[in-house]
Amino acid sequence: MKEFLMVFRMDHTANSVQPSPEEMQANMKHWQDWMGGIAAQNKLANPGSRLGSEGKVVTANNVVTDGPYAEIKETIGGYIIVKAESIAAAAELGKNCPILHVGGNVEVRPVVAMDDNS
Amino acid sequence: MENATLIPHLFRTEYRKLVSVLSCLFGIGYIQVAEDIVSDTFLLATELWVVKGTPQNPVAWLYTVAKNKTKDYLKHDTIFAQKVAKELQYRQGTTEEIDIDLTPKNITDSQLAMMFAVCHPCISAEAQICLSLNLLCGFGAREISDAFLTNKEVIYKRLQRAKEKLKSANIKIAQPTMPEISERLPTVLTTLYLLFNEGYYSSSQNTTLRKDLCLEAMRLNYLLVENELTNTPAANALVALMCFHASRFEARTNANGETILYDDQDTTLWNKELIAKGEQYLNQASQGSSLTNYHLEAAIAWWHTHKEDTAEKWENILQLYNKLLLLQYSPVAALNRTFALAKANGKPEAIIEAEKLNLTGNHFYYSLLGNLYTGLNNPKALQHYTTALHLATSITDKATITKNIEKLQNH
Repeated sequence: MKEFLMVFRMDHTANSVQPSPEEMQANMKHWQDWMGGIAAQNKLANPGSRLGSEGKVVTANNVVTDGPYAEIKETIGGYIIVKAESIAAAAELGKNCPILHVGGNVEVRPVVAMDDNS
Repeated sequence: MENATLIPHLFRTEYRKLVSVLSCLFGIGYIQVAEDIVSDTFLLATELWVVKGTPQNPVAWLYTVAKNKTKDYLKHDTIFAQKVAKELQYRQGTTEEIDIDLTPKNITDSQLAMMFAVCHPCISAEAQICLSLNLLCGFGAREISDAFLTNKEVIYKRLQRAKEKLKSANIKIAQPTMPEISERLPTVLTTLYLLFNEGYYSSSQNTTLRKDLCLEAMRLNYLLVENELTNTPAANALVALMCFHASRFEARTNANGETILYDDQDTTLWNKELIAKGEQYLNQASQGSSLTNYHLEAAIAWWHTHKEDTAEKWENILQLYNKLLLLQYSPVAALNRTFALAKANGKPEAIIEAEKLNLTGNHFYYSLLGNLYTGLNNPKALQHYTTALHLATSITDKATITKNIEKLQNH
């Protein structure tokens, strides 16, 4: 089994309405059930982290600017690392991810192992 | 108590204490000597008490005889006189007779020290459980082999090998230091957890013996939470877990030793005191920030002390299993999680998730699928239950599956 990074992205500009506490709770449950499902298959290598909405960007000449949002609309909301036989199988695990219900997407990338020179 | 019942009773409660104290005194290389001295003491009791009557204070009698036999051995056995006795005299700072301390405090300390020695990572988990049963619980090779459904010789060899290994690694039987506690307590807890499970889920038909295994695991766990150094949140969580499970002892088997499934149990037989005790320990376990699998499993077990099928109950159990799996995967947790998913989110969703688990080879997996398909697709349910029946090996498991098949066919 190889490891794959799953990055959750969503359009931060689309969601201007603050979700209700009920919606937030339902959303939380979706995430917990979805991750629990991957863990139940013994395919969760690392539960990763959720990222806050703040952001700073450091560019050339050590210039620090606010937020990664200037040019792109999508921001990274979090990540996990899964175990799968292939990238196709890893992408399969990404199906039904709660981020998809709120207009986001899942990017799946192989983690390159130390001894992997391919 | 008559001798016929008194001596076995004392053997169960006192043998392990004496062995621990003497092993602590002599060191890891001489466990066998400690066992021999204590066995001799009981042999003498069996012979003498029949003729002369039971002494006024049988425990004190045993302690005195064990002490005298030990002193004799220290004097007359050449190796002991030269090596062990000298060392002990040096340690106790005396040239006089060696003191054999059988006060309650030293007995407890010795048992704790033994627990940490026996759970040394240099021997396998299986060997740790066997040795714990033997040295800390006073179980003979026969009883252990009954619990493990294997023969006496296998267990006997396993015990010998484990003792040899501890001896050659020169493990110290001593009060664990703080670094040793943080390093080895998880292993000790795992051993107690497995010991309890061995009793609780064993396929052995001997219900008394199974219950004894559980009670022994609980007793050893109490030793840990009663000691300041080992009274950790994890140890408390494990006691809580055991209390919640043990509360159903009287309800989970019928007079013939057959299993009564959770749904069919008479809740008036559930032990309310143990449940309350478990709640206390779980509160204790919640102090501090550590969250172990014992915390999560105890919380799940707490919800199971409420029989009503409420949405709140199953939603909570599902989320606890989700967390447990994130912490540590196990096939059992994966299967139970999927069962909780069916209760919380409905069977169709759970079927999709169950089929991803792919735990072929595990009869519980097919029993779960059988359960999930029941009512939605009964022929398919029957097919899964039949596969489960083929895969199951123990009588208890086969009986449970057969019952489910009958239920399905009578519908």
